Amino acid sequence: MPENVFIALQNTPEAQPIIEAIVADNDNAVVNESPGMVKIDCPKRLVLRRETVEEKLGQEFNLQDIHLTLISLSGNIDEDEDEFVLHWDF
Amino acid sequence: MSNRKLNLKDKYRLLTRDLEWEYSYRDYEEIFKQESFEGIKITDWSKWEDPFRLTMDSYWKYQAEKEKKLYAIFDAFAQNNGQQNVTDARYVNAIKLFLTGVSPLEYQAYNGFAHVGRQFGGVGARVACQMQSLDELRHVQTQIHAMSHYNKHFDGFQEFPHMHDRVWYLSVPKSFFDDARSAGPFEFMVAIGFSFEYVLTNLLFVPFMSGAAYNGDMATVTFGFSAQSDEARHMTLGLEIIKFMLEQHEDNVPIVQRWINKWLWRGYRVLTLVAMMMDYMLPNKVMSWQESFEVYFEEAATSLFKDLARYGIEMPAYAATAIEEKEHLSHQAWSIFYNYGHAAAFHTWMPTDQEMDWLSEKYPNTFDKYYRPRYEKWREMEEAGERYYNPTLPMLCQTCQIPMGFTDMENPTLTSYRQSEYDGERYNFCSDGCKDIFDHEPEKYVQSWLPVHQIYQGNCGGAEMEDVLGEYYRINLGVDNLDFHGSPDEERWNAWHNLQPAEDKLKEAS
Ligand SMILES: [Fe+2]
Ligand SMILES: [Fe+2]
Ligand SMILES: [Zn+2]
Repeated sequence: MPENVFIALQNTPEAQPIIEAIVADNDNAVVNESPGMVKIDCPKRLVLRRETVEEKLGQEFNLQDIHLTLISLSGNIDEDEDEFVLHWDF
Repeated sequence: MSNRKLNLKDKYRLLTRDLEWEYSYRDYEEIFKQESFEGIKITDWSKWEDPFRLTMDSYWKYQAEKEKKLYAIFDAFAQNNGQQNVTDARYVNAIKLFLTGVSPLEYQAYNGFAHVGRQFGGVGARVACQMQSLDELRHVQTQIHAMSHYNKHFDGFQEFPHMHDRVWYLSVPKSFFDDARSAGPFEFMVAIGFSFEYVLTNLLFVPFMSGAAYNGDMATVTFGFSAQSDEARHMTLGLEIIKFMLEQHEDNVPIVQRWINKWLWRGYRVLTLVAMMMDYMLPNKVMSWQESFEVYFEEAATSLFKDLARYGIEMPAYAATAIEEKEHLSHQAWSIFYNYGHAAAFHTWMPTDQEMDWLSEKYPNTFDKYYRPRYEKWREMEEAGERYYNPTLPMLCQTCQIPMGFTDMENPTLTSYRQSEYDGERYNFCSDGCKDIFDHEPEKYVQSWLPVHQIYQGNCGGAEMEDVLGEYYRINLGVDNLDFHGSPDEERWNAWHNLQPAEDKLKEAS
């Protein structure tokens, strides 16, 4: 358990495709919902892929748009046009 | 000129590195005077890894969109008289505490990041700090706008910046930020960027905002999450600065470790206010302080420090004490505020039976044993018309400035009390953490502006309680302060909802 990274997003309609994409791409992701907020935990590494969001959304998506719904995160970050990755390196 | 579409990395490089120039007629040391005096050794700023690579155009685009959404919700909240739909009027006291205690810290963060954003030789770090500085200014502004609506309907909001600079319990968060801003630029980044933003901010914002959501306060939820959406960038900057210092030179490791120890303890002490807010001030509870501490501190910090172990960084000193205190902290804090309810700019009260049961359930090892009997006694006194207010002034910890109300975890009925001597004077502390911080930099902490000392020295408006609380603090006496029961806030709330105060019901029945 203490090796999770997490991402917390506002529980808004815009966040739904992002949440679905994370669940689809991370087998061990655990989604915790509370009013206003969704927190997703995942051991060691969590990836958000642009293509998966676009599939769920049915249109083009700019990964930096997560800035509109992001609440918090943990882990080291790697970010490019296609992937947003949170990871621990131990 | 080529038409090649630039990728994120290149775009961000053009915004940062490419804006830098060679200093030809001034010495580097002269331009970046504060970069070396703390002992931090930087050999190569080009190794700086940019956290989020947000260019100016996307930054403005996203921030504008966030603001648009936020103000639409503020308008809707005001038009629908949203203040009447919160769970009950006691809830509003949590956001009074937020506006007086936390929002001014956003302003301090704006100042602090604007300052350090000038001090670093690396342009990547400078740009990131300046963007954060803009964010923090936005945070304080949106918070004031959100709360200005509550100010029309409830007491205690009107003098928040004045109070922040003077009132005894607000000196706890204020002095924390003053302490950070009067440190060097690297220490400021460890204090605020890393310790406060990366490690502790989740314990502040997430409970406050979920608390607001559970209690029907959509305006606060929205400003909170809107601010918090910037926070992810701030957290990442905090983590990057630490890793950068640690990678630059091995001599930086012990300095950084000492700062981590110091600032996580300082920050944790400030969060005492959040602990009591969660357990006592929310009519609808989200989770207990203990639960939130376990998720956002124990679990998150354990992985973080495992990750930082490769640089030789260890779990912060005193983390064990904070963990031991988790079953006591909120109860001890609320007891202090209940004691001094006449001197606070918000209302206090004793928990209802149902709330006491919730506390027993959440704190099976401590609540019934140590705190319930005390509360039952206070409730008895209140019912007899003798609501307890402590007429004396408390001794304060020289470092964190909190009244000495914490107890020893080995014997939780004994006040935790430490002492140091410096230059022939005695200084008092609430904990080993606070004492060690003082002992390392006594020249700094002997200058602490301690509210109680200042009152006794005659610097706070006069010798009478009314002079200090009314004139000097600008608490509207009999209105902003005292118990929630019998307050004008309660009366207005009851009128809105056609509720009767309990006493009147009794009178009618008899
Ligand atoms: Fe902020
Ligand atoms: Fe921040
Ligand atoms: Zn202390």
